Amino acid sequence: MAINWFKYSAPTTFYGLAGKLIPFFAWPAAILFAIGFYIGFFVAPTDAVQSEAYRIIFIHVPASILSMFIYLIMAGYAALGLIFNTRLSSMMAQALAPTGALFAFISLWTGALWGKPMWGAWWVWDARLTSELILLFLYLGFIALQASIEDPRRADRASALLAIIGSVNVPIIYFSVKWWNTLHQGSTIKFTGTSMHVAMQQAMFIVLVACWLYAIAVALARVRSIILERERNTQWVNELKEVRS
Amino acid sequence: MNRLSLFGLLGLVVRRDLLLAMRRRADVLTTLIFFVMVVSLFPLGVGPEPELLRKMASGVVWVAALLASMLSLPRMFSADHADGTLEQMMLAPQSLSVLVLGKIVAHWMLSGLPLALIAPVLGLQFDMPAQALWILVLALLLGTPVLSMIGAVGAALTLGLRGGGVLVSLLVLPLCIPVLIFGAGAVEAVSSGMSAVSNLSLLGAFMLFALVFTPFVAAQALRISME
Repeated sequence: MAINWFKYSAPTTFYGLAGKLIPFFAWPAAILFAIGFYIGFFVAPTDAVQSEAYRIIFIHVPASILSMFIYLIMAGYAALGLIFNTRLSSMMAQALAPTGALFAFISLWTGALWGKPMWGAWWVWDARLTSELILLFLYLGFIALQASIEDPRRADRASALLAIIGSVNVPIIYFSVKWWNTLHQGSTIKFTGTSMHVAMQQAMFIVLVACWLYAIAVALARVRSIILERERNTQWVNELKEVRS
Repeated sequence: MNRLSLFGLLGLVVRRDLLLAMRRRADVLTTLIFFVMVVSLFPLGVGPEPELLRKMASGVVWVAALLASMLSLPRMFSADHADGTLEQMMLAPQSLSVLVLGKIVAHWMLSGLPLALIAPVLGLQFDMPAQALWILVLALLLGTPVLSMIGAVGAALTLGLRGGGVLVSLLVLPLCIPVLIFGAGAVEAVSSGMSAVSNLSLLGAFMLFALVFTPFVAAQALRISME
């Protein structure tokens, strides 16, 4: 039996699939957020140097990781849409952008809240902070370009090109703490091991997974809206239960 | 008609754009006057202490250069787009990337080069030492082509859009930040007694990197915008 791998690359079929998948991502995300924050705020021990203020990392680090990761995924989808002319890929890229921008903003915001007690300043012009800020600007540019072009096909392709150019920035953010000797500390967790307490690691990891699931759920919900909006003149959309009622 | 060589084509496009610009000198001059004005506003805004001014001079000149080059970007393709020349260029058998490169070179000669040449005069307003002035010009000569090249991509993407002028700045400015950092850093390094070589080398590297990729990317962006 031949499997049609591309069955769900059509917006018509993906719309239904996405609707069924959302609860499988949304509920685990909510539960894991609860567990992760519980461990992070009540179980994990107080840090010897940074005392209680360090606890903001449980949201700061996952948000930063995802802001970079989502950008790459978005650029990847955008590139797929540009190269193979698949409409759904471009819609996914469009759906991911606001979530990525949100995570970049949370990362900067929580970083500022942490920086005030630790460094004594809300903001320093350090390489990692600056490059993360540029990432937020790139997200905003992507969204603005997409929004200002009327023709969806041209909007997809133009913003795809922008997303691909902007992806140069992601490795710069990631390696900025290594390349430049900056105020922002280097990564504590490495593939070779870590000096972190187990409960801290667990909390951070659980919140990371929760953010991940949240991002997927939200992107799927958003892509459903985008599909409805773009295909509003087709017959299958008008026959949908939720559209007719 | 015999086939044009690569450089012949490049020269042709550059000459044409320069000629067109010379027929409308006001456009070129406004960019330059804007640059001079923005730089002159800073001492009025922050106060005339020479110590402070000397310190911020390179940054101010660079930011003003960045803004001035943004100002002239929408013009890079719009006139040709309006009268249909651009479509003819895209139909031409020659590579569109080379044509775009020609337009970038012309744009730089009309916006970047004059800024770099007038920058020392503005530097004197800020009481910059002579050695720093030379580095400033050198950094601008290396950096402003990158601004034109990245700008070409933005201008091509936003061709014919409503509010394209603001949008192009929104897209291009984040990508120009490295040029700003290392361009201003070169002058900073000299002022604090260090060598500017590393900053200037990085600027040169940016320029070569942009030279390889941006004409092609801008050509692709034009194709997307024109279809």
